[in-house]
Amino acid sequence: MTLPPSLQIGSGKAVLTGEWTLAALMPELQQLQTQLAAANDFADLSWDLTAIERLDSAAAVLLWRAWNERWPADLNISATCRRTLERVAAVPVADGTGKSTLPGPVERIGYLVLGAVDNARGLVTMYGQMLLDLWYLLRHPSEMPWKEIGANVYKAGALALPVTGLVGFLIGVTLSYLSALQLRSVGADLFIVNILGISIIREIGPVLVAVLVAGRSGSAMTAQIGVMRVTEEIDALSAMGVSRSIRVILPKLLALTVVMPLLVLWASGIALVGGMLSALLQLDISLAHFVENLQRAVPVANLVIGLSKGLVFGFIIAWVACHFGLRVKPNTESLSANTTASVVTAITLVILVDAVFAITTRNLGIPQL
Amino acid sequence: MSGRTNPAVVEMRGLSTRIGDRYVHRNLDLRVERGQIVGLVGGSGSGKTTLLRQILGLIQPTAGTVRLFGQDLGGAGAVSQSAMLRRLGMLFQGGALFSALPVFDNIAFPLREIKRLDEDWIRRLVNLKLALVELETEHGRLMPAELSGGMVKRVALARALALEPELLLLDEPTAGLDPDRSRSFVKLLGQLQGELGLTVIMVTHDPETLAGLATHIAVLAEQHIVKFGTAAEVMAGDHPFLAGFRDGDKTRLL
Repeated sequence: MTLPPSLQIGSGKAVLTGEWTLAALMPELQQLQTQLAAANDFADLSWDLTAIERLDSAAAVLLWRAWNERWPADLNISATCRRTLERVAAVPVADGTGKSTLPGPVERIGYLVLGAVDNARGLVTMYGQMLLDLWYLLRHPSEMPWKEIGANVYKAGALALPVTGLVGFLIGVTLSYLSALQLRSVGADLFIVNILGISIIREIGPVLVAVLVAGRSGSAMTAQIGVMRVTEEIDALSAMGVSRSIRVILPKLLALTVVMPLLVLWASGIALVGGMLSALLQLDISLAHFVENLQRAVPVANLVIGLSKGLVFGFIIAWVACHFGLRVKPNTESLSANTTASVVTAITLVILVDAVFAITTRNLGIPQL
Repeated sequence: MSGRTNPAVVEMRGLSTRIGDRYVHRNLDLRVERGQIVGLVGGSGSGKTTLLRQILGLIQPTAGTVRLFGQDLGGAGAVSQSAMLRRLGMLFQGGALFSALPVFDNIAFPLREIKRLDEDWIRRLVNLKLALVELETEHGRLMPAELSGGMVKRVALARALALEPELLLLDEPTAGLDPDRSRSFVKLLGQLQGELGLTVIMVTHDPETLAGLATHIAVLAEQHIVKFGTAAEVMAGDHPFLAGFRDGDKTRLL
C-alpha cells in the first residue's frame, strides 16, 4: 500500500516519508509547500529521505527549490533518489520558451504592407504559371488533366446546385416582396419586373453565388491544398515528376471558371422564379405577363454582364484559394489562418471587381425610359 | 516468476474488436503486471497499435473488458477516466505533437493541464525532460515542423514522460532513430524503469530494442495473444513469427 507524501520537521531533523510523486503530491501540495517554506533554516536541518518510497522528478524539483538549489550538509538518501535529485540539479533553469516581444504599431503596418506585397507577388506568379501551363498543354494536349477538371466541376458545380438554388429562391422572394410594398404605394406595380430583372440578373445573382462559392468551394480548395502540403503529398507529386501546378492548381482554376457562369445562370433563374411567385401573390401580376415584360425591360446585355461577372468571379475565387493553399505551413494554426484569409480575400476581391464592373459597364443594358 | 501476486496494471479479458466487417482482435487476453516491460510483437496489420488504442480508451471494444490500474476503463465516469489516463503516457507512432505549439509548450501542455504547478516548476520539469531525451534547452523554441524525424520522436517521448506516468505506452519508439540514439533510448528507459518502477508496453519491430529492454514478450497473431511470457521463454519458443524475428536478429548481429 502506498502512503501519501508527508514531511515531519522537528528538533533539527526533517523526515520525509511516503510516495513523493506528482500524482501523490497534488492533494497534499498546499500543506507541503507551506511546511517547506516555513523550514527556512533548511541548511542546518538534517534531512532524512531514506523512508521515501518513490521520488520522481516533479517532487525532486519541489525539494530542490525548497533547498534554494543547494545540497543540505546533512542528507541521508538512497542512491536512486540521489540520482533523481542530481538530474534536477544539473538542469539549466534558462527560459526555453523564447517569448518574442509584440511588434509596435509602425512595425505592424510594415509587416502588413510587406505581407500584401508578398501575396500580390504570389498571385501574379500563379497567374503567370497558369499561362505557361496552358501554353504547355496546347502543345501537349494529351496531358490535359481532364479527370481532375471533371472532379472539380462536379464538386464545385453540381454539388453546389441545391444550396445556390435555395438561397437564390429565398432572395428572389424577399426582394420581390419588399419592393412590391413600396411600388404599390406609388402605383408603379409593373416596375417590379424592371427592378427584379435588372438587379438579380446583373448584380445580385453573380455576387450572391460568388459569396456562396467562396465559402463553400474556395475554403475547401485552400484546405485541401494546405493539407496536401502538410502531409508532403505535393512534394510526392513533384518527386514523381508530376507538375503540381498542372495537376492540382490548374484543374481548380479552370473548373471554377467554367462552372461559375452556369451557377450564376441557375441561381438567377431560380431567384427570378421566386420573385415572380411573390409578385403574383402580392401584386396579381400573372406569370405570363411577368415573362413578357421581362424581355422588354431587361436587355440581353444584362445577362451577358452577369455571366461574364460569374466567369471572372469564379477565376478570382479559385485563384485566391490556390494561392493561400500553397502558403500553408505545416501546422494547424497556419491551415486555419490561410483558409480564413482565402475566403475573406476572395469575397473582398469579388466585391472590388464588381465595383469596377459597375463603373465600366454603366452605359450598357439600362433601358431608357 | 513472481506469479499473480503483483497488481495488474493492464488487464484485458475476452477482448474483441471489430472495425467495419473485420475482426482485429477476437477473444484476446492480456495481463501486464507492475514493473514489467512488455514487448508487443506481431506482423504488420496484426492490430498492435489498435491494442494500444484500446488501452487508451480511444476505441470501444466490441466485447470484453479493459481494466487499467484495477479499474474498468469503459465503466468509469468521465472524471475518473481522465484521472486514469493521467497516470499513463503514450508515445504515438508519428509523434502526434501539437503542430501549432513550440516544443517547450508541447511538453509543458500536460503539466499546465494540472493547473497546480507554477511556471518556474514547469520550466524546470520541461528542461529536465528535454535533457532526459538528449535535447538542448534551445530546442524548446523550435516548432514541430522544424524538427527531424528522430527529434520528433524524442520530443514526443519527453511529452509522454511529462506527467511521470506509471504506465508508458510506446508505439515504435526506436523506429527512425539512429542506432546510437536507439541504444541510449533503451538505456534511458531501463534506467527510468529501475528508478520509478515504470510499467511499459511497447510495440516494436526492432530486435535490438526488444532484446535490450523487454522483460516480457507478447506475440500478437491470429487475432489474439498467441504467446506471453518472459523474454527468454518466448524467444525459446517455436512460433513461426518469432523464428523470423530471431533470424533477423542474427543477421543484424552478424
